Amino acid sequence: MLIEVKNLTKIYNKYLAVNNISFEIKKNKTVGLLGPNGCGKTTTIGMILGLVTPSSGEIKFEDKNISLFKRDEILKKFNFASPYIELPKKLTVKQNLEIYGRLYGVDNLDKTINDISVDLDIKNFFERKTGELSSGQKNRVSLAKSLINKPEVLLLDEPTASLDPDIGDFVRSYIQDYKSKNEITLLLASHNMSEVERLCDSVIMMRNGKIIDNGTCEELIKKHGRDNLEDTFLKLARSKDEL
Amino acid sequence: MNFNRIYALGLRHLYLIINSFPRVLDLIYWPTVQIFLWGFISKFFTLNSEYYNNTVGVILTAAILYDFLFRASISFNMMFLEEIWSRNFTNLFIAPIRIREIIAALTLTAIIRTLIGLIPAVLIAIPLFGVSVLKLGVPLIFLLLALYLFGITLGLLVTSGLLRYGPSFENIAWASLFFLAPLGCIYYPIEILPTSLQIIAKSLPLVHIFEEMRNILMNSSVNYLNIFKSISISVAYFIFGVIIFYISYFGAKKRGTLINMGE
Repeated sequence: MLIEVKNLTKIYNKYLAVNNISFEIKKNKTVGLLGPNGCGKTTTIGMILGLVTPSSGEIKFEDKNISLFKRDEILKKFNFASPYIELPKKLTVKQNLEIYGRLYGVDNLDKTINDISVDLDIKNFFERKTGELSSGQKNRVSLAKSLINKPEVLLLDEPTASLDPDIGDFVRSYIQDYKSKNEITLLLASHNMSEVERLCDSVIMMRNGKIIDNGTCEELIKKHGRDNLEDTFLKLARSKDEL
Repeated sequence: MNFNRIYALGLRHLYLIINSFPRVLDLIYWPTVQIFLWGFISKFFTLNSEYYNNTVGVILTAAILYDFLFRASISFNMMFLEEIWSRNFTNLFIAPIRIREIIAALTLTAIIRTLIGLIPAVLIAIPLFGVSVLKLGVPLIFLLLALYLFGITLGLLVTSGLLRYGPSFENIAWASLFFLAPLGCIYYPIEILPTSLQIIAKSLPLVHIFEEMRNILMNSSVNYLNIFKSISISVAYFIFGVIIFYISYFGAKKRGTLINMGE
């Protein structure tokens, strides 16, 4: 098992953000983390990334508790992209990728930046300041940054939020293509159910800080007697009883 | 310590300066204005004050040294604030850079920002007012070292507050140095302060730095004990600042503020 989350809980003051959740992520699999806003997805991602200290429970990476790794040792293997965080706006795309490449200790940095830029079609605005880009362009640059270290684990928080259908499809296709060519494990938080169906091997459904169900998309749709994942999500998100 | 990562974070802030001419102007503008203001005040005191009449430029030299401290601290704070303003904070804290490397990178890069602002002001003071801080001689290096360490310490304490309280702590960043200035005895001897405040003032390195600066300029002698005191106190404060920064970092992880800083 690549990542093992066991009885993970996070309490902010008296607010229970994540309530005793456990799940596992196998190597090279894509797992979707679904749930309504405020259900604890971001806090869970934050704990995996070491940005948030769990109140109790543990997270293991390759059978070793994540807190036992040195900060730089573990974070070298991870990366993260989200439309809610940005790269420095006053720096050019190239400068940003250079800096993050150096921070992640990427070998052969020029070639890596060049390859990733060609793949993500960002080369034509390489010298432009990141703050001047459209949200679609920014999104691709952010994805380039998140792949610069060829992470073993990539966490994506709503990777296609606010993108037009064309760019959204480009990003999804790119992630699919990248995954087919590289060894990478993905944890994807998304509200786009067709995206989840397309990209994820399995999904974890959260509500009020708890995992309320999990399985493959087909399993969940069948189990809850719905036609698609969106309807299944709505049923689970709106149901008052725990399943 | 990994110097490549320290260099990378330093480079991020250098690119920021290089990419923005208004930023360079902003760095130069305030120290230069200070020099003009204090230059004329200094000139007036030199002509009208018995205390200062034999020592042209004591006030202006003090203004330059104080500005060095101020710029060092503000530079450190600004670089940290830049990460919050640009919403890059989370990216930085998920990168495999150790906390001590972040501190080292900001400390080393702050000197560049500080010097960009101060060198033109120092050079202007020479022809315009006939005052050069270089007249302090070799001890100037030690005085600047003590000031820099203390400036960075104040930067560390303010950034710790930013980690703890978020961007709302920003105003404190600007006000922090003005709070200490009266106790620093920058422009006047320590005897001016009430006895109770003198005790507090002596626990700051500023008093020892500026007393020694006046001693060198007015008596043409160097008291190395004062210099040693100022550096020792600055080092102690710096260590304290680093500890507080670490405490705030772990506190921020507990409160989850690292993931939504700037919102």
